[in-house]
Amino acid sequence: MDKLPKWADVALIPAINLALALIVSGIVVTFIGQDPFEALVIMVNGAVGSTYGWGYTLYYATNFVFTGLAVAVAFHAKLFNIGGEGQAQLGSLGVALVCLSVPWPHWTLALPAAVVGGALFGAAWAAIPAYLQAKRGSHIVITTIMFNFIASALLVYLLIGALKAPGMAPETVRFPEGARLPSAQEVLAVIGIPFSRTPLNVSFLVGLLACFGVWLLMWRTRLGYEIRAFGHSEPAARYAGISPVKITMLAMLISGGLAGLMAVNAVMGEQERLIQDNVLGAGFVGIAVALMGRSHPVGVLIAAILFGALYQGGAELEFETSVPREMVVVIQALVILFTGALDGMVRGPLEKSFLRFSRKPKPGVPAE
Amino acid sequence: MTAPAIELKGISKSFGPVQANKDIALRVMPGTIHGIIGENGAGKSTLMSILYGFYKADRGEIFVRGEKIEIPDSQAAIRSGIGMVFQHFKLVQNFTVLENIVLGAEEGALLRTSLGRARALLKQLSEEYELHVDPDAKIEDLGVGMQQRVEILKALYRRADILILDEPTGVLTPSEADHLFRILEGLKREGKTVILITHKLREIMEVTETVSVMRRGEMTATVKTAETSPEELAELMVGRKVLLRVDKDAAKPGETVLDVHDLKVRDGSGVERLRGVSLTVKRGEILGVAGVAGNGQSELLEVLGGMREGKGKVFVNGEPLDLTGAKSDARTRRKRGIGHVPEDRQREGLIMDFHAWENVGFGYHDDARYNRGLLMNNDALREDARAKIEKFDVRPTDCWQKAKNFSGGNQQKIVIARELEREPDLLLVGQPTRGVDIGAIEFIHEQIVALRDQGKAILLVSVELDEIMSLSDRIAVMFDGRIMGERLPSETSERELGLLMAGITDTEHDHTVEEVEANLAHSSGKAG
Repeated sequence: MDKLPKWADVALIPAINLALALIVSGIVVTFIGQDPFEALVIMVNGAVGSTYGWGYTLYYATNFVFTGLAVAVAFHAKLFNIGGEGQAQLGSLGVALVCLSVPWPHWTLALPAAVVGGALFGAAWAAIPAYLQAKRGSHIVITTIMFNFIASALLVYLLIGALKAPGMAPETVRFPEGARLPSAQEVLAVIGIPFSRTPLNVSFLVGLLACFGVWLLMWRTRLGYEIRAFGHSEPAARYAGISPVKITMLAMLISGGLAGLMAVNAVMGEQERLIQDNVLGAGFVGIAVALMGRSHPVGVLIAAILFGALYQGGAELEFETSVPREMVVVIQALVILFTGALDGMVRGPLEKSFLRFSRKPKPGVPAE
Repeated sequence: MTAPAIELKGISKSFGPVQANKDIALRVMPGTIHGIIGENGAGKSTLMSILYGFYKADRGEIFVRGEKIEIPDSQAAIRSGIGMVFQHFKLVQNFTVLENIVLGAEEGALLRTSLGRARALLKQLSEEYELHVDPDAKIEDLGVGMQQRVEILKALYRRADILILDEPTGVLTPSEADHLFRILEGLKREGKTVILITHKLREIMEVTETVSVMRRGEMTATVKTAETSPEELAELMVGRKVLLRVDKDAAKPGETVLDVHDLKVRDGSGVERLRGVSLTVKRGEILGVAGVAGNGQSELLEVLGGMREGKGKVFVNGEPLDLTGAKSDARTRRKRGIGHVPEDRQREGLIMDFHAWENVGFGYHDDARYNRGLLMNNDALREDARAKIEKFDVRPTDCWQKAKNFSGGNQQKIVIARELEREPDLLLVGQPTRGVDIGAIEFIHEQIVALRDQGKAILLVSVELDEIMSLSDRIAVMFDGRIMGERLPSETSERELGLLMAGITDTEHDHTVEEVEANLAHSSGKAG
């Protein structure tokens, strides 16, 4: 038997974690002289109280779906890819190059090309740490985090040099009109649903497809089977003839590719030109999303929406009240802390209480 | 009448729904050697952990020398004079013997006083009980037999007069085991009480006075050893009659299947683990490789199974095997008709977090029958799992259970089912019954013999000499990465094999224990 029933593992624990984070946040908000309940209402309303709120929430969520899936796939191979940030930045370069190099006639052509471009660049950026881990044993946590800095520097170098548009700002020229992705407002207007003007765009559907794709990969293909086996036990993988080098490389390439896809949403769907800080920490939020989503695509999707709501609600809170911006970051950090790092704090006692309830001797454990 | 050294009354302990100990009663008289025997998972270790303060019993009372006591932690156990020697030693490798002995029991701010006291005591103990150990040797330079003695000395230094030993002979050669038993006899003569936990019936019969049998968390019987027999004990352990000897006909060896020439393997740190091994295995025979754990047997299996690279020449059915490069992996080996039941099923043979059905295809997941184009055919895997579970009598019968939820014996049955079903030309088997209960041992041995009788070649590696003696048609003994000699089971003895296992090829003459030890310590110093 597993220690916890599945529903408790996937729903109850995250819910308790979230509640704890909100309680502690509430205490902190009280200390700075604000009403925590009012703050909560503003956050919830701001995130999901209107199509405007939903639009932003799901836009952020799309970013987190990609970075969350990226971390999740690597997790399955027991690789801790914290380079989502850098891989997403390189992905943005790939997407920008695709959008700028061809005078795209229509977005339906530009989107698949941008998907390929973003994924390839993201994967390429993950390939180097992956190779160093697989062949030379350099720890992937160290190398990926260093590659985040290198990616950021590389982008600045290009944006003040080869790719810089005329003018003051370190950014490229605007993408051609044919590479502009339709927003949710435009898409929904076709079927007569009114929706506010938000950055939410068709990339959201790409995100859903990516969730399905990762599920298919991990639980229905040989490669996914091998990745999971390798993640559980490397000696067992070697026993089964699964090459550790191959799996490390492939898992990281897929992971980096998924992180790179984030640029399709942020850069192509929203900013419509390549700017310097286009990832804005989404690579790191992806770690929390993957942890909270227990590395399962469905969990990642739900966690991504939750974090999207937190981002959007936090922005509203900052706008409507005198809760300072730093406070909003503190609340987000508390959620990450409780759902990610302090997971074991809730898990242990919960497992014990479940055991106590199921104390009745089961007729299982049969004889040999 | 003297009070029992240890008396347990109504001890119960549950881990969730699993009741590990059920209303246990036990009386151990002072100055005796008391055996506790039972299958894996019968609750022996749990009971001893309660006695040593690692677990707290849900219910029940503990009396030591007639006094009721609480044992909340191991410090309390030590204060009550209980000492424990674990199966896996808890020694600091780069400390000396003396430093390890005083560790945690230092007196005063300066080490010198405790070390001086320990040295004096050590001298006295080594004379009294044949516990000879060099006090200034580093642990990493000592053989396992010596390390075990250090563990015993540690307990005695803490004034233990009740000594619990958990599976103490698992890592010892027969002569080392004999020496250990002499030490235990000596302790008994001095009035100490010894509790010996083991699954080996022979040891129980040899050294204990009384024996308690555990089965499925219950103490099923306590009997005087002189008044019982191995057969009766086995029956008490399993709950039904068991065949202790393997029933097999004489081998009819055919042509050579596996031919190994001068095989060499280096480990990650460059130490040569195999120093030129040559052997052959023929169709229809079982070649048993005996040896103390860590003398290269694992590396032999791993290199043949495609888990590590090596140097030398290996032929299977006359065709050479690649020992390095991309074609030296386990997948290629399986395609060449080599099955492999690995030594460590939990780390290698199974993915413990995978369902049983995911495990039945492990290593063969490329097979066409498990796949449908790009995707895996999970239905086919589940169907195959159900068939294997039925055929090999795996319990529970639910293919959706995770591998970690099966007992050791049932886990091994899953591995055996997977590897035997493909009827490999050559089967590599490592420690097939380690951590497996008696009932399943019988079954697994039958399966291996049946495969031999189908005309397959089998290379068996085991540290259990009994198993090697009863299963093998030929026995090769390994020591320090070399084959020390080959013997026929009918023409050899445990004593002779024991000497070969210690690296002594001159088996005609008698050898003192000291000679054997010196040889063992020498080799482990080199290899470690």
